[in-house]
Amino acid sequence: MKLYQLTVQKIGEMLARREIKAQEVLESVSERISQVEHRIQAFTTLTLESARDAAMDFDNRGKITGLAGIPCGIKDNLCTRGVKTTCASKMLEEFIPPYDATAVNKLKTAGAVMVGKMNMDEFAMGRSTGSSNFYPTRNPWDLTRVSGGSSGGAAAAVAAGEVFYALGSDTGGSIRLPASYCGVVGMKPTYGRVSRYGLVTFASSMDQVGPVTRNVTDCALVMNAICGYDCLDSNSLQAEVPDYLGYLQTDIKGMKIGFPREYFINELDEDVKNAIKKALLKYEELGAVVEETSLPHSKYAQPVFQIIASAETSSSMARFDGVRYGYRDEDAQEIAEMMSNSRARGFGPEVKRRILLGTHVLSKGSYEAYYLKAMKVRRLIKDDFDRAFEKYDLLVSPTTVSVAFKPGAMTEAVCDILTTPANLAGIPAISIPGGMVDDLPVGLQLMGRPLAEGTLLKAAYAFEQATDYHLRTPVLEV
Amino acid sequence: MTVEYEAVIGLEVHAELKTNTKAFCSCGLSFGAQPNSHVCPGCLGMPGTIPVLNRGLVEYAIKTGLALNCQIAEYCRFDRKNYFYPDLPNNFQISQLDLPIATKGSLEIEIGGVKKTIGINRVHMEEDAGKLVHQGNIMTTPYSLVDLNRAGTPLLEIVSEPDMRSPQEARMYMEKLRSILLFLGVSDCKMEEGSLRCDANISIRPKGQEKLGTRAEIKNLNSFRALERAAEYEIKRQIEVLEEGGQLIQETRTWDEDRQVTLSMRSKEEAQDYRYFPDPDLPPVIIDTAWIERVRETLPELPDQARDRLVQVFNLPSYDAAQLTMSKDILDFFDACVTEYNEPKSVANWVMGELTRLLNQSNMEIKDSKITPSSLAQMLKLLEQGTISGKIAKVVFEEMFTTGDSPDKIVKDRGLVQISDESAIQAIVSEVIDENPKVVEDFKNGKGKAIGFLVGQVMKVSKGKANPEVVNRLLKEELSRR
Amino acid sequence: MSLIAKDIEHLAVLARIKLTPEEKESFAEQLNSILNSARILDELPTDIVEPLIYVLPLYNVMRDDIVRPSLSNEEAMANAPSYEEAKFKVPRLL
Repeated sequence: MKLYQLTVQKIGEMLARREIKAQEVLESVSERISQVEHRIQAFTTLTLESARDAAMDFDNRGKITGLAGIPCGIKDNLCTRGVKTTCASKMLEEFIPPYDATAVNKLKTAGAVMVGKMNMDEFAMGRSTGSSNFYPTRNPWDLTRVSGGSSGGAAAAVAAGEVFYALGSDTGGSIRLPASYCGVVGMKPTYGRVSRYGLVTFASSMDQVGPVTRNVTDCALVMNAICGYDCLDSNSLQAEVPDYLGYLQTDIKGMKIGFPREYFINELDEDVKNAIKKALLKYEELGAVVEETSLPHSKYAQPVFQIIASAETSSSMARFDGVRYGYRDEDAQEIAEMMSNSRARGFGPEVKRRILLGTHVLSKGSYEAYYLKAMKVRRLIKDDFDRAFEKYDLLVSPTTVSVAFKPGAMTEAVCDILTTPANLAGIPAISIPGGMVDDLPVGLQLMGRPLAEGTLLKAAYAFEQATDYHLRTPVLEV
Repeated sequence: MTVEYEAVIGLEVHAELKTNTKAFCSCGLSFGAQPNSHVCPGCLGMPGTIPVLNRGLVEYAIKTGLALNCQIAEYCRFDRKNYFYPDLPNNFQISQLDLPIATKGSLEIEIGGVKKTIGINRVHMEEDAGKLVHQGNIMTTPYSLVDLNRAGTPLLEIVSEPDMRSPQEARMYMEKLRSILLFLGVSDCKMEEGSLRCDANISIRPKGQEKLGTRAEIKNLNSFRALERAAEYEIKRQIEVLEEGGQLIQETRTWDEDRQVTLSMRSKEEAQDYRYFPDPDLPPVIIDTAWIERVRETLPELPDQARDRLVQVFNLPSYDAAQLTMSKDILDFFDACVTEYNEPKSVANWVMGELTRLLNQSNMEIKDSKITPSSLAQMLKLLEQGTISGKIAKVVFEEMFTTGDSPDKIVKDRGLVQISDESAIQAIVSEVIDENPKVVEDFKNGKGKAIGFLVGQVMKVSKGKANPEVVNRLLKEELSRR
Repeated sequence: MSLIAKDIEHLAVLARIKLTPEEKESFAEQLNSILNSARILDELPTDIVEPLIYVLPLYNVMRDDIVRPSLSNEEAMANAPSYEEAKFKVPRLL
């Protein structure tokens, strides 16, 4: 087996025992990138030079931390000091932040080796990475299909062996959906568990940074590194971060699992439904108590998400006006014109639509009917979860309605029906490889109560160890 | 029949707070610093940055609310006011809309000896924008320059009820509000520097009518005088419009200092939709009684309390009390001086009189004065002892002001000790009388005022040092002998 | 209540995004579609439901009033499209 095919945990152990050098590990990944990247296009920026410096640093005097010396990718909406952070948008094509996002800083402190910035849907708004200003990212399992989005580059690169793990962001499913399509593990932590400082805002009350990894153990390792209180984020939780590795055991007898009937919607592909049912049976085999349950307000999650996310985004995207940084229309003679033209050219249609929608739902005359109403229904959706978690340890559902689709074959609105509720309620959720349909991965979603990442990892690990989906990798002709 | 109108005025005041750091980031505050040198990714509105509330801002806000007799909210939160402007880094301002930190307050003004309470509708927290500098004339300049040092500076917005009925009342309200804020130490309150700003909402209505008339909001008032003049002009303008049968429109107008008129701002402000919504990045603020009481304990003596103290304890007339409580610095100076020289009226006279005159002349603040409360006290003691006369005291005082020397030193160096020695004065009196027979004759013929000339001559010879009381007495005695 | 191109124009002004006539038509259609789907929310009686304004039960999150280092002027200007005399340069205001 080549080095790039191993896991974070395995590489970490080998580095700790000085069996291999970080530079070797990086070379393996670098070679892999040169083999497959032109077909996948997972990166927006490669930083192999500085990665080599970091790897050499580790080899010379690095502290063993579990992530030290291991190559990773960072989604391009996480600010990286001195390295372009574009959000895959023309608006920020040349933007170089003088600061690191806190999550990035934590990885750097842990000795991580950043290989590059990962492609994404523009400003994280999309479900396919098709709206990237640069190029779409293709699914390593089938290059004619999308990688999913918005953290498509992160998921594809992890699946293809270009990086060992990556940091993505999830606002309505942006980590979990591409993880599902690419057959990898993707976790959205509890809102407030990981600092949002330096994550370019999509929707303030829903955004979270999270890991994309090949297996659950790797996910726990990354979670250990990035979670925790940050005084630079007013919505950061002070709760202590446990050692997530401690939750990785296979005995889940008696665990109470609910599957909400409302998630088995009409649009759900029959094959995917069957794969999920099979997964539920597996959980029963493992000794869990599996029951159908109900989250009655699930069907309202989609419009609630669209209204609130677009409202928040219309405000947080206003800072992109060409004045202090970013794309600017140099020819404009007057300032309102300059701003309007800069934003017209700097933003793609997906971003514009959400800003316009958000502007509308916050306007005089629309605020009560849309925004305020959506906020109220949001509470009902959260209450559904609170009630469910009084009875169940976790909830299980499909992550996506289908396997990875071909570009244009799916309206994106259908894609995140199953993932947005967790963002609205602020609860943690994880997608793990849950099955295969026609040689394409199917994601299994687990959702837990606030700060129950440990429970999710435990249930995820047990399932993973009892199946082999996580061991399957896409075959890429080189 | 002509209608008698009354004016209805409400004021919206913004005070820049002198906390150490900005409202939502840890940059230090600046005034006059190099452009864009007190900025960080947060107040530059860079991607991925989020606000963190300054505790100092909340404390100052509670303090101000208490000083203005407000109800402090148990629960308040921040809202975003969304609009685009090049000096607004996020193109939204973090402010408070529905749930401000303080409401239902008041302050008292005094006009012509009559006290009047002006209601305060609300006090809320918000952040300031940066500065836009135009090269040349705003109408013809091809470009502007943006300095964001000021962006994010904490502001308190204080909105009065429309309780003022004249430009003078409006001015008194501003003066009182300013002195309260100065006493609290929360703001420098310099209108000319922009750390205290005021917009006036002015309307008129027939006397006796309850319904409010159509109001105009007047901006660009950079001094108390501008406020008073603008209000006078606007009230007159509105009355004229109605008397000529016209209609008033609700609008924003600007005060033109050069032409001394208000002008309509053809503004899109009226069409502006700020799309306020609660800021999701900032958790709410919950203030319990314990916190309020902690802040209440830090409240200093406020202007009204100080005035009462000066009147009741020091027996000063209320005019003096009002003057001395215009600023905390003046009051502190006065109090310090009185502790060393317990004649409040004398101290008051000198502070309000000579000291103020000299300060104004040199465009100085009392805290920068070379005369200290101690040195004034010393001088007053010399005066009381008769070591110097009143006239000489003024001379000494001016020298103290310029050099910062002690009165003792000045009197000694310049030999200004008052001559009270009767034999010395007698000698000069005799000399002067001998040399001015005509004046003496005029006096004896009933021209009483002629003695003034003789006194003057004695003072001249003695270089002003003769004790005037003794001079007068000895002159009169001598004249009656001759 | 359906949005038309003129409504989109108004939103575009508020949001400072210049749109072509085609875009205005297209966005009107797209927004109407989303807003129509959102009508489903009207089915729910929410008169006594408290809006969920804050996801977390946090309050009084504050920092001490202590100065921390700012960026240097060079760092602040490094990404500026245009600057002069250490200030951001923009075309004039109308």
